[in-house]
Amino acid sequence: MPAKKMREREPELLAPGHRACPGCGTAVAVRLILKATGKDVILVSPTGCLETFASRYMESPWEVPWMHPLFENAAAVASGIEAALRFKGSQTKVVVIGGDGGTYDIGMGGLSGMFERGQDILYICYDNEAYMNTGVQRSAATPLMASTTTSPHGRKSWGEDRPKKDMPAIAAAHGVPYVATASLAYPQDLMNKVRKALSIKGSKYLQIDCPCNIGWGFPENKTIEIARLAFQAGLVPLFEMENGVLTQVRTIKDRKPVEEYLKAQARFRHLFQKEGGAEQIAKIQALADSNARRYGLDG
Amino acid sequence: MKPSEVREGQRAVMEGSWAVAQAVALCRPGVISAYPITPQTHIVEDLAQMVADGDLAAEYLRVDSEFSAASAVYGAVATGVRAYTASSSQGLLLMTEVLYNMAGTRLPVVIGAANRTLSAPISIQPDQQDTISLRDSGLIQLYVEDSQEAHDAHIQAFRIAEDPEILLPVMVCMDGWLITHTFEPVELASQEAVDSFLPPFKPPYSLDPTCPFTFGSFTDDDKLMEFRYMVHQAQQKGKEKIEQVARAFEKTFGRYYGGLIDTYCAEDAEVLLLAMGTVVGTIKDAIDLMRAEGRKVGLIKIRAYRPFPAERIREATKGAKAVAVLDNNISLGAYGAVASDVALCLSNQISAPAILPCIVGLGGREITIDSIRSIVERAEQMGKGRIAPAESFWVDLHPELL
Repeated sequence: MPAKKMREREPELLAPGHRACPGCGTAVAVRLILKATGKDVILVSPTGCLETFASRYMESPWEVPWMHPLFENAAAVASGIEAALRFKGSQTKVVVIGGDGGTYDIGMGGLSGMFERGQDILYICYDNEAYMNTGVQRSAATPLMASTTTSPHGRKSWGEDRPKKDMPAIAAAHGVPYVATASLAYPQDLMNKVRKALSIKGSKYLQIDCPCNIGWGFPENKTIEIARLAFQAGLVPLFEMENGVLTQVRTIKDRKPVEEYLKAQARFRHLFQKEGGAEQIAKIQALADSNARRYGLDG
Repeated sequence: MKPSEVREGQRAVMEGSWAVAQAVALCRPGVISAYPITPQTHIVEDLAQMVADGDLAAEYLRVDSEFSAASAVYGAVATGVRAYTASSSQGLLLMTEVLYNMAGTRLPVVIGAANRTLSAPISIQPDQQDTISLRDSGLIQLYVEDSQEAHDAHIQAFRIAEDPEILLPVMVCMDGWLITHTFEPVELASQEAVDSFLPPFKPPYSLDPTCPFTFGSFTDDDKLMEFRYMVHQAQQKGKEKIEQVARAFEKTFGRYYGGLIDTYCAEDAEVLLLAMGTVVGTIKDAIDLMRAEGRKVGLIKIRAYRPFPAERIREATKGAKAVAVLDNNISLGAYGAVASDVALCLSNQISAPAILPCIVGLGGREITIDSIRSIVERAEQMGKGRIAPAESFWVDLHPELL
């Protein structure tokens, strides 16, 4: 459907004219999320790229109530909003959209509290795998061997030396009723997961792989392609967990070697340039293989 | 008497925390969120029991930290629902980032602060270092003298905070233990009177899908200074509101503690003691004794520390020879916070009194009538031009321990 016609049919709740970088995966994700939530929602976003590009004073692109409190307290603020709505007897949904820094790192304590209290909130992490807003510093979501400005590769370093923290498993361990992962490459699946999450009462966690062309180093017209490659390589498994049990997995036909995904991005370029890179790539391949076994990705 | 036996409008002996919890409940908050810290705990325990018994129809969020407690009430008030939290000491420091944000976002939360000193060394004894450290955050801060005033100030706090011309968080500061855990006679307000005094909370802006607003925008050098100025203006406006609310409270409840400040034997005083919190009671006793000896001593009690009552202090100190400021805090490397503010507010005055900055009662060191006498003696000498302090007078410091 032509974009113009689509706009006529469905009003955009994230209005055009915000300040996201060209090629920004997060902006695409938010647009899709809002198509699934509809208007009867209150959004909370911690400090990060989204807050920076979509909240300039007097230029708000939000057609729904949206609040940016601080970096580390989106889950707790959302908890207060949800409690207030409960007090008022309102059915309005509460959704947090936060980056990986605000989710995996600085906001982790408050998020754990929100999960543990079982508050009726959908927490969505737009995962671009580093602190992009401040200039591509490493977060707990940064993948093994990725070069960032605080985990740079160097004469004695291959970049990030730890694998990504398993945030969906941590969410599931709280006993929340719904945990899922999604990709920009599969927009219908992403929107369905948002809708499904909102149909379930309690705390929900959705993690969306959001490639960042600036931080990852790829051309701005390749965002969706990179997201698809990440999935096809087995590095971003797409699944749903309900009450701690894996219920749905998107299988991969002819899983691709991780090289194809890695070589398309500047953050992994050193693996192809330095001596011994092949051994390091094998470690990343082992992670993908482990994902394939754990989730049953090969289909 | 058991708390359950105390009826509205009845004067009875009760714990300060109970009196505070009753006041909060009478204000009908929709959301309460708290994290335990001594000596704030009894307040939030009492509120939890009221919710558990169905006597208070509020959502009670038992959160993972004071940071989350402050954040939760921030979210609740932004959604248009009255909310309350309380804390002490380290908990207030952990809340600090949220408190600045609350004032900047103009969210009228009411926060109870059971004053307790700060680590290190760790101690659970009272002083005002914790709340004083929040003085620049945009919070309105009220300091109370006893349990009755703590009860009453909470009811006033909601009305001040939620005034459309104010819209700022208000913190009611009460000395830990000395108020929170002390049993005193208190007359509880009645629900009917509180309902007539405090209108339902209807903020001009809230998180509402039928009228979507964006909260917490990004600003730059072209606008941030104006936002700060507007919070400062609301603080300044607060001076008038706090006095109006105190008078309105008197009209409904028959009790009055002064507006921004209160005074005792101040009119003809040559030496004025300026203080806030429970020490005020001891000072009044000391003044009675010294007046009987013919010494012209008086008191200025600060009720509202932020906004700072500069004009009222100027008026009240006219004619005094010396003002001794009792700071229950210290800006390490400088002076007590209140003394610094008083010094600036009295500067550029013709025949301004001498100022004696005093550090008192840190970490719960008892402030006795003799402590007050020692301060007055120094202040009298200062008033006669005999000493000029280059350093604060550290009252009852034990030099043998240094």
